[in-house]
Amino acid sequence: MEFKLSSEHDMIRKMVADFAAKEVAPTIAEWDRKQEMAPDILPKMADQGLLGICLPVKYGGQGMDYISLGLASEELEYVDTSLRVVLSVHTGLCCLTLLQWGTDEQKKEFLPAIATGELIGGGAFSEPNAGSDFAAIRMTAKRDGDDFILNGEKMWISLSTKADVAVVTTRSMLDAEKSHEGLTCFLVDLHSKGVTTGDIHGKLGVRAGSTGWIAMQDVRVPARNMIGEEGEGFKITMSAFDNGRYTVAAGATGLIRASLDASVAYASERETFGKPISHHQLVQAKIAKMHLDYEIARLLYLKAGWKKNVGLRNTLETSRAKQFATNASYEAATEAVQIHGGYGFSDEYPVERFLRNSKGAVIYEGSNEIQSLIQAGYALGTRRDKPLRCELPAYDEESWLEE
Amino acid sequence: MNIVVCVKQTADTAATITVDGGKVSWGDTPLVLNPWDEFAVEEALRLREAHGGNVTAITVGPESAVEALRSALAMGADAAVRVEDIELSGADSLVVSAVLAAAIAKFEEVDLVLFGREAVDSNTGILSTQVARRLGWPSMPLVAAVHALDAGSGVVEVERMLSEGRQRVRASLPAVISVVKEINEPRYASFMGIRKASRVEVPVWTIGELSLGDIEPGVAWLPPEAAEEADVDCEFIEAEDPLEAARKLVKRLREEKVI
Repeated sequence: MEFKLSSEHDMIRKMVADFAAKEVAPTIAEWDRKQEMAPDILPKMADQGLLGICLPVKYGGQGMDYISLGLASEELEYVDTSLRVVLSVHTGLCCLTLLQWGTDEQKKEFLPAIATGELIGGGAFSEPNAGSDFAAIRMTAKRDGDDFILNGEKMWISLSTKADVAVVTTRSMLDAEKSHEGLTCFLVDLHSKGVTTGDIHGKLGVRAGSTGWIAMQDVRVPARNMIGEEGEGFKITMSAFDNGRYTVAAGATGLIRASLDASVAYASERETFGKPISHHQLVQAKIAKMHLDYEIARLLYLKAGWKKNVGLRNTLETSRAKQFATNASYEAATEAVQIHGGYGFSDEYPVERFLRNSKGAVIYEGSNEIQSLIQAGYALGTRRDKPLRCELPAYDEESWLEE
Repeated sequence: MNIVVCVKQTADTAATITVDGGKVSWGDTPLVLNPWDEFAVEEALRLREAHGGNVTAITVGPESAVEALRSALAMGADAAVRVEDIELSGADSLVVSAVLAAAIAKFEEVDLVLFGREAVDSNTGILSTQVARRLGWPSMPLVAAVHALDAGSGVVEVERMLSEGRQRVRASLPAVISVVKEINEPRYASFMGIRKASRVEVPVWTIGELSLGDIEPGVAWLPPEAAEEADVDCEFIEAEDPLEAARKLVKRLREEKVI
């Protein structure tokens, strides 16, 4: 068993780390304070090819594998969560859903502009009254000739005010026997008549990012924008989360490392009782835990990425990786603040931002309580993976690089 | 336009260097492309974009140095060569310049050779001039801008950044220049470049293949020693005015037998 990343992976990791360090790190604290997303982030990420990192070249992507998506997520969140969120929703929720469930015509028509970043994509799933209980969503889609008319509201949608298009899950079959069987996904042009969006301010964390709501009033969407078949929306949404969730896991791993590095640096400098605090055992214990948790989180997400690469269903692995890494990043950030003492309480140091950011990830993309239920299902045998009509394509270098 | 960039693999300047028993260690921090060389690679790529041609990166180093070449390839260099340095232990830039000059002479028709201004480990900054001298080509170190490059008329015009100010120099091609960081902003590796860099088999040349005479180093490197930990005491001279402060300082220096 080879436990090594390829030299390609190493170079990608380094490039993304350099990019984030030079382009974002110097001003991130300022934008976080302003509670705004810097306007040059999306264009810069698009120019660098990050937005389509793991999409085939013929669909406008860079032709890299799913592990590369994870590595990029880790390095982006090392600097700030808001950067990784872009990959989660644009690449994970939007692009990979189209790659997995889109017809050949849809992939040719829709993917290239999104993968290159010419259009920004998002995923609009949760609603004010429906997050964990996803089957309870209320947005409706009613057929009208060659179109569907959408009505309803989506909430807690990353990039809602920045995205041009979004994968949106609606209820199109009101008489379905079970509520989760009546759901249908569409790719919606967010510039359509009847779409309004707005930003949510006052968030605890990810303040340099863009999170908001999308309201649809009689929005007309062509039937050919339906993704998958009518009634498949629940399955499609859950498989979208397998991809978004994977980037959250990888990103949280980067956050653990950021907390670790900040703690090691501070503990080596700050002195109490005549020595650097890194000499005190209780501080050492905190740092050792972060160090261990980083390695565990990394192994978990890399395994999930490997499973995606070879075309194996990875709901369980992704769930474990997400739950572990996000819980560990919350603990690591808390201890990083603690190690910094009073200074950890001030935004002069980045650790308070790490802590505020880390709290979001234990809630979103499937709360960690939901992750426990998923894992219990597998452990107890009550949950079994049935083959999906469309699986996430395994990574194939030759066809991914075809023009 | 055939452009050669000479690069070196060095420690990361962020690494913590320790010295123990004459041996230098930078821990587990990975080695990197010498930061100054990134500016040289970038300038080579920009000149290729403006004038056509190709860019080859060359290094004299051990097997690990191929990673520095891969960084240059990932940025967009067309090709790379490594000269194995196993026989060169204790070499100084006098020796390395002979190796590089012989290697450059092996390429067909080189128009321009670029270096970063210095390596962050040895910090001599003289290698580019020594290579130029051995090749018999003009040397222009500390270049902050290339204003003109014409393979047809065989002329290059640059602006050098000196402590006295800026100097514009014109020279005939082929020529050797070293660049300062003011010259450009190095690009990030591209995905295409990364893919290419990870696949390329970098050819390795040995010292034996190059027509070198007997070269003796001009400098003998002494084993480095860790500097002694100094106990520093800071005393502030309090006084009403500068003249009184000066008098008090002189008195203290005399008491300490410094003067």
